[in-house]
Amino acid sequence: MRVVLAEDLFLLRDGLVRLLEAHDFEIAAAVETGPELSRALAELEPDVAVVDVRLPPTLTDEGLQCALEARRRRPGMPVLVLSQHVEQLYARELLADGSGGVGYLLKDRVFDAEQFVDAVRRVAAGGTAMDPQVIQQLLSRRAAEDRPLERLTPRELEVLELMAQGRTNAAIAGRLVVTERAIAKHTANIFAKLSLEVSDDDNRRVLAVLAYLDRGR
Amino acid sequence: MNLETKSDGRRTGRRTRTRGVALSAGRGLALALIALPGAVLCFCLTLVSVALVPVGIGIVTTPWVLTGVRAFADRRRLLAAEWGGVRIQRAYRPLPEDANPWGRTFGMLRDPATWRDFLWLPADMTAGFVTALLAFALPLYPLEGFAIAAGLWRVLPDGYWYGFVRVTDQSSAFYAAGLGAVLLVVALWLAPRLLRAHFRLTAALLGSGQGELAERVRVLTETRRDAVDTSAAELRRIERDLHDGAQARLVAMGMDLGTIEALLEKDPAKARELLAQARRSSADALTELRELVRGIHPPVLAERGLGDAVRALVLRLPVAAEVDVELPGRAEAPVESAAYFAVSEILTNTVKHSGADRVWIDMHHDQGRLRVAVTDNGRGGAVTGAGSGLAGVERRLGTFDGVLAVSSPVGGPTMVTMEIPCALS
Repeated sequence: MRVVLAEDLFLLRDGLVRLLEAHDFEIAAAVETGPELSRALAELEPDVAVVDVRLPPTLTDEGLQCALEARRRRPGMPVLVLSQHVEQLYARELLADGSGGVGYLLKDRVFDAEQFVDAVRRVAAGGTAMDPQVIQQLLSRRAAEDRPLERLTPRELEVLELMAQGRTNAAIAGRLVVTERAIAKHTANIFAKLSLEVSDDDNRRVLAVLAYLDRGR
Repeated sequence: MNLETKSDGRRTGRRTRTRGVALSAGRGLALALIALPGAVLCFCLTLVSVALVPVGIGIVTTPWVLTGVRAFADRRRLLAAEWGGVRIQRAYRPLPEDANPWGRTFGMLRDPATWRDFLWLPADMTAGFVTALLAFALPLYPLEGFAIAAGLWRVLPDGYWYGFVRVTDQSSAFYAAGLGAVLLVVALWLAPRLLRAHFRLTAALLGSGQGELAERVRVLTETRRDAVDTSAAELRRIERDLHDGAQARLVAMGMDLGTIEALLEKDPAKARELLAQARRSSADALTELRELVRGIHPPVLAERGLGDAVRALVLRLPVAAEVDVELPGRAEAPVESAAYFAVSEILTNTVKHSGADRVWIDMHHDQGRLRVAVTDNGRGGAVTGAGSGLAGVERRLGTFDGVLAVSSPVGGPTMVTMEIPCALS
């Protein structure tokens, strides 16, 4: 699987290259600035891009802008955005076009190599990988405000959270140590309680959750 | 009872007014006596002394003369403060102690305050003198009218003029008394005002905008102190947070790694356990650093500017918020930061106290000013002033000459508006 990597800090870029190569990814390019990233994305057409939000030369959100731009040119192009901090605002922008293949993670998630690589694979496959922190913020915010969420049981909330992170039922079942059937039942309940149509597509589920959470704004 | 008190009050009022007029008359006389000879003397001496500078004598005399002029002006400043309640700033430049006569002369002549003194002197000997003398003479002149009516007219030469009344007999003397009465009423009203006008004149020429400037300096001094205080407190907080948080965690991590090194051969299971712990410590340290950074300068603010930073901010609020931003550019980082934290503080207040379930934030830039309005539909009753969070916001904004206005009638809604002069780039 060919990856384009953009990270301006040498130490992190080096570490990411090593980490991804250790997990059998092929690094098509490892760049450090926004313009370089744009060029690499356009020319190399990688299977997935792993991009730091803040890139030179502006050292603002150049990485995110490049990713969004690349996805406008090539809809559905898989991009995993890494950041030192996560902002719902950015998560919304990434999810806004409605096509899958996006991820937005804290850089800390790299610590857990397995989880991180799993997220990259998921995004490359057209799924989503939202940082638990984004989801947490959304849920806690909405839980304080919206009625429908109150109807969910604590277990269902747990499932919703993992689901919103972009995990499949199988992954959720593994995480919560229950059968996949149980998770399927929970999800069906959640969609029923939130009056959402059930869909088997992972990334649709996230969008549905986010769209629901967006309501009333 | 009520009526009596009232008339009593009126009588007391009249008495104090009479005393006030007598006082201002006395002061007017004193001022007139000081002003005319003093100002004429100072003016002439200065003129002569400065004129003699080219021939050398002036070099020696000028410092003395100018010191005298300053003493004279100081005396008048004191009187203005004591008698008129008008404070006139003293703004002479300090001279080096060991300066030679040459240096002293030109040092003093270069001082704009010296030239203000010099311009004030002719005004003082004319307009200043007249206003002071009138304050004295105006209340006295009517007394002459009364004296004429009381019989003085008999000894006066025929056709004596009192004001515009020609006194020839008792009846015309009564006219004079009538005029005197009118003049007395006018004097009662005018005399204190004349004296005040005199002091204002002194202040206008001697102070010469210094008052305004001094006020500005005072404000700047205060805001600078606030800014220094706030930033010092902020630095202390950051230092403490780093020391107690991230730094301690990194130390613990280092210790764990050391232990792991030792355990690697002996007890691999234990080593693995410690490794997991070290990783958690590093993650925690990161979390803490992230919070710290958000508290110093929020990343979105750095990356996107004020508009999006506030948009990101309200996403974390437990109340619904509408953000309306019309900023064609970005303000300077410190201004953005101040505005951001002000909005953040106001929103925190709103969430905590107002009971509102909706907030509207409007930001735009207009006529060189960044205007931010935060409105909520809460119960109102918010106050600025000591102890309230809004006072802190006000102080913070003060550093940038920004102002904060709060409209919060009990029952709501609350609207907090701020304005910071700044340019967008």
